[in-house]
Amino acid sequence: MNKKILTNIFLSTLYLSTFTFGGGYVIVTLLKKKFVDELHWIDQQEMLDLVAIAQSSPGAIAVNGAIVVGYKLAGLPGVFCAVLGAVIPPFVILTVISFFYTAFKENFIIQAMLSGMKAGVGAVILSVVYDMGGDVVKEKDPLLIILMTASFIAAYFYHVNVIFIILAAALTGVCKTINRKLRNEA
Amino acid sequence: MIYIKLFWAFFQIGAFSFGGGYAAMPLIKQQIITNYHWLTMKDFTDLITISQMTPGPIAINSATFVGNQIAGIPGAFFATIGCVLPSCLFVTFLSWAYNRYKNLSILQDILESLRPAVVSMIAVAGIEILLPAVFPSGSLSFLPGQVKLRPVLYFAAAIFLLRKKKKDPILVMVLCGIAEVAAQLLIPG
Repeated sequence: MNKKILTNIFLSTLYLSTFTFGGGYVIVTLLKKKFVDELHWIDQQEMLDLVAIAQSSPGAIAVNGAIVVGYKLAGLPGVFCAVLGAVIPPFVILTVISFFYTAFKENFIIQAMLSGMKAGVGAVILSVVYDMGGDVVKEKDPLLIILMTASFIAAYFYHVNVIFIILAAALTGVCKTINRKLRNEA
Repeated sequence: MIYIKLFWAFFQIGAFSFGGGYAAMPLIKQQIITNYHWLTMKDFTDLITISQMTPGPIAINSATFVGNQIAGIPGAFFATIGCVLPSCLFVTFLSWAYNRYKNLSILQDILESLRPAVVSMIAVAGIEILLPAVFPSGSLSFLPGQVKLRPVLYFAAAIFLLRKKKKDPILVMVLCGIAEVAAQLLIPG
């Protein structure tokens, strides 16, 4: 039985990781479909909490989602199988691309293709920023808007190390919790 | 030892990229361009473009690609392990802690404060990919001959297709690429 669960975890994450375009959130949704709706191995409410953990942890959300499901279903062996399944497809695909990259970098058509796509990539990224930034502004919390502006200035104009910016923002969050706890006690 | 360097560089990327997907991009850039000089900005932009077109998280795609370019398949192996290890440790620990304590309020506050910072850093990464495509000299200059017109056109068309027509991002990027191929084949010089 345990072996069957492990095989199932491995094959599910392998399959999802191979065929899912569009990033981590899509994979998390599909994991839910598979393990909650189809197999009924995890209940709906617990899955929501697991997804929250996957999203709030550092690293790729697809991998984190695989880990929470793997841990829930089969403990550490489950984590191992889930991560293996999630990582093998991108590893194989990018190794093949990397192998040919030096050769096709010189190719005229591919050069032109990649060069034209840069403007498209820029548009895709800035469009994502517009949506995410809009969500932050909608919260109407001045602290968050100040954080956003300050991070931009630090990163763009002063080239501050990204890790410092992340740590500073995290620290702000910790201060907020402490501040609220103190106020509640007062 | 190059394998240890690759492992450690991507371990930091794995440990500090909150928010998934694009959020990892500024960190990847900092590590592989600024700190270790493993890729040029052009290679990095190609890598991001390739990442968008293939399944799999940007961070893992980058680890495998950079590892391969720098030290072959063993390099890719160590970089990729480095990239996923922080997730394995952190998420497993949280899953365990969740079962015991079920109180995540400090985590939620941290996350809420991280989001605006992450948005800004993604914006910076996007601008740094876009500007060199439009201004060949690398600086903002609107004199004639200092702005490449075709990328501006692609960018405007891409924004229109993404925002107004809700087209798939991969499709939009591929269309921009095809347009440039056609332009270079058809327009002499």
